[in-house]
Amino acid sequence: MPHDHHDHDHGHDHAPGALSPSGHPYRADQDGPLTRAQALEIAVRELMIEKGLVTADEIAAAIARMQARTPAMGAAVVARAWTDPDYKARLIADGRAAAQELGADIEAMHLLVVENDAQTHNVVVCTLCSCYPRFLLGPPPDWYKQRAYRSRVVIEPRRVLGEFGLDLAEDVTVRVHDSTADMRYLVLPARPEGTEGWSEEALAALVTRDCMIGVAVPRLPDPAPVAAAE
Amino acid sequence: MAERPPPQRMRVRAWGTKGLHARAPWYLRGKTGIVERRLGAYKNPEQLAYGLPAEPVPLYRIRFTMAEIWGDEAERPDDTIDAEIYEHWLEPIAEGDDHAP
Repeated sequence: MPHDHHDHDHGHDHAPGALSPSGHPYRADQDGPLTRAQALEIAVRELMIEKGLVTADEIAAAIARMQARTPAMGAAVVARAWTDPDYKARLIADGRAAAQELGADIEAMHLLVVENDAQTHNVVVCTLCSCYPRFLLGPPPDWYKQRAYRSRVVIEPRRVLGEFGLDLAEDVTVRVHDSTADMRYLVLPARPEGTEGWSEEALAALVTRDCMIGVAVPRLPDPAPVAAAE
Repeated sequence: MAERPPPQRMRVRAWGTKGLHARAPWYLRGKTGIVERRLGAYKNPEQLAYGLPAEPVPLYRIRFTMAEIWGDEAERPDDTIDAEIYEHWLEPIAEGDDHAP
């Protein structure tokens, strides 16, 4: 029997510092008191449900909608910009309107699109908090919200990019964009060489979340699949 | 064609705002950059944060060099940081009136 071992307590009250079978620490149970903000959120939410302003279903659906956003929306925008020069011009001039053309659920935010080229590499951070274009990229990765990335990328961006596996040529200028106020940023990566004639769909598959934050650049799969070129 | 005027230079005010909600990052206070573009006017988040009536304030994107921000410690002097700064945090700099570090 797979679970018939008596050599340890199976009550699942994992001690602090205990490791899972795969060697990862267990997340501590959240047994502490609520913070003021948590208590306020619960109180307002319950009052709104009680007064019939929203239902619990609607709140769950809104959370699901936010969680369902993925970098695919941003990748579609980038692939269109690579294949349609008029679209790219509209995207640079008014990022929000151009993203909405492709169906991005962009709300009240403004979008600035910053373009990489042979001389320029752009990378985005929010040093004050963690502003991020969720409507194009989905929820941000944990590292984007952490102090290490937020403080270091404005001090030593080249070293940070190197740690992401991106070594920039000497003659490339790095432009760091600190998202301090009402704008959100999307990096428009340079289209990789060797993708002439590719479909938008095949191109979009090269555009990862990290490429659009600016800590990576799109790379062809190695070796380049013959099937992708149509 | 008319020549484009040189980009306007601005210095971020070096106000201390300990404990207050402020939208000018500490590491840029007192630093000088150029206006990269004007972004229009937005309600002042430093009033919104306290539930106060908020006036629209012009917002600028200011471009700083790494040399200006970090001095001799800069990883690469010519790399840049662009940040959005509200007008009340900026003072224009006349030509020749350089930031004395």
